[in-house]
Amino acid sequence: MLSLIFAGAGSPPLESLLRANPRALLGAVVRPGRPLVHIHFLDPYRPLASPVHDLDGRVKFILAVAFILTVSLTPFGAWPVYLLLWSIALSAEILSGLGVGYVLRRAALALPFVLAAIPLAFTTPGTPWLEFPLGPWQLTLTLDGLLRFANVAVKSWLSVQAAIVLASSTEFRDLLLAMRAVRIPRLLVAMFGLMWRYLFVLVDEAVRLMRARSARSGIARRPADAPGRRPGGSLAWRAKVAGGMAGNLFLRAVDRSDRIYVAMLSRGYDGEVRSFATQPVPPGARVTLWIGLALLGLLWLGGILVWG
Amino acid sequence: MHHSIEVKDLTFSYPDGHPALRGVSFSIAAGEKVALVGPNRAGKSTLLLHLNGILRGQGAIAVCGQPLSEATLGAIRSAVGMVFQDPDDQLFSLTVFDDVAFGPVYQGLPEAEVRGRVERALAEVGMSDRATRVSHHLSGGEKKRIAIATVLSMQPEILALDEPTSGLDPRARRGLIRLLGELPMTMLVSTHDLRMVRELLPRTIILDGGLIVADGPTAELLRDPDLLHAHGLELP
Ligand SMILES: Nc1ncnc2c1ncn2[C@@H]1O[C@H](COP(=O)(O)OP(=O)(O)OP(=O)(O)O)[C@@H](O)[C@H]1O
Ligand SMILES: [Mg+2]
Repeated sequence: MLSLIFAGAGSPPLESLLRANPRALLGAVVRPGRPLVHIHFLDPYRPLASPVHDLDGRVKFILAVAFILTVSLTPFGAWPVYLLLWSIALSAEILSGLGVGYVLRRAALALPFVLAAIPLAFTTPGTPWLEFPLGPWQLTLTLDGLLRFANVAVKSWLSVQAAIVLASSTEFRDLLLAMRAVRIPRLLVAMFGLMWRYLFVLVDEAVRLMRARSARSGIARRPADAPGRRPGGSLAWRAKVAGGMAGNLFLRAVDRSDRIYVAMLSRGYDGEVRSFATQPVPPGARVTLWIGLALLGLLWLGGILVWG
Repeated sequence: MHHSIEVKDLTFSYPDGHPALRGVSFSIAAGEKVALVGPNRAGKSTLLLHLNGILRGQGAIAVCGQPLSEATLGAIRSAVGMVFQDPDDQLFSLTVFDDVAFGPVYQGLPEAEVRGRVERALAEVGMSDRATRVSHHLSGGEKKRIAIATVLSMQPEILALDEPTSGLDPRARRGLIRLLGELPMTMLVSTHDLRMVRELLPRTIILDGGLIVADGPTAELLRDPDLLHAHGLELP
């Protein structure tokens, strides 16, 4: 499917990028005059040889979830515990061969969401630290509020790092197996799988639609043909075209889901999600799991006892 | 010996009232390789979808001697390997292995047997080394072959293929034709590729407007340019 897109003519940076990295998938927004804006990479998996990559996906999944739980349950103000948790995250990042820089760069992408916690800094009662007027309001920044905000920021920053290490060192298929192993409902896991598979197909379809539009978004060759008009049409018209494309994409997705369902039925699908029984977790990975869980449990207990 | 496929007076209208099949009857003997040709909208895909009971029209259908009914649906779906036009619809799992294993897993086979069948099916289409690959990284020709492997692993008696050569480059097309020629099953192939029909499929059924307008040896039908022309076909 991807190779079909390569075959067509179109925005060269996009294609060379895809050719250089076939795992790269794009959310490309094509605008007149700017053939390509905005690319992001959907598949975070980085195939490397490292002990973290080799670790059983289920163990990684459980440890990552336990890490995030520990982070969120560690009481406010237990900074030494956060420091220790961070050192765990750092060791995983280094061990995995992904590198601290890579993980931190990715983690930065999640930081804007932390901004949602900013009101905390102003609404927590405590020693006023800074006061300034904002329109009709008088905002008071308190020291406690600031600390609380910092706490939330650190919590999310640490959690995101764990998620990034997990997703970058585990193939999506192994993540699905892990979810199944921890008894997340099979139907839900099957839906994640289908979503992941067809996300790529759907993005391809969107790229083809946008390519078709750009191919016809020329400007009049003789200005006299379009007197006094800007090429590109009015904003309302462009919005209408974009809306039509979104609708078109939706219809295609519905059609495709019909065809996939038929293909599944043809091979015996009866509404029940079936799969192989999973292999037992190897003993070595089991040890890693228990050590990891014990360590996280100790950190959590320490945090509760001293700062809770 | 029973016929592989027997269809009698099959009529079907889509829910929007559009009649797609208007009384279709034919039978195919075991091991026969038959082409299903006709213009766009003739009803070819619709007919194929009846063979394993995805669509249910009026009329009688028997597959491998068993009349199609609620009770035989499961058995018939494993007997008819249906290969759809767009391999992206057929390859819905994350890896090639999972996709080829899907049918056998649903038949409830033990794991060792499933693994054996996946291996054999991939070997038959020459894609043994692709088992762990992720489906969306494959080329069009590879996807087509693996789509065929996904039904070979069910060891079907009949292969029903919808436009197998569409979208393939000449080399991939050539490889696919060779592959289909080597497979021993009964085959019903809906296609616009009359060159492939001439090479591969000794019998041809021409469908137009939901009716069978001709059914006979390919060599004979392809010698009748008027007939072909009247039904939107062109001599290769
Ligand atoms: N899901 C549907 N709903 C309503 N009508 C449909 C549907 N699918 C197909 N049809 C109609 O049924 C008729 C037969 O369609 P069918 O897809 O079987 O033709 P075909 O011979 O396979 O054509 P092609 O060569 O284009 O694949 C067409 O007129 C088509 O518009
Ligand atoms: Mg068709």
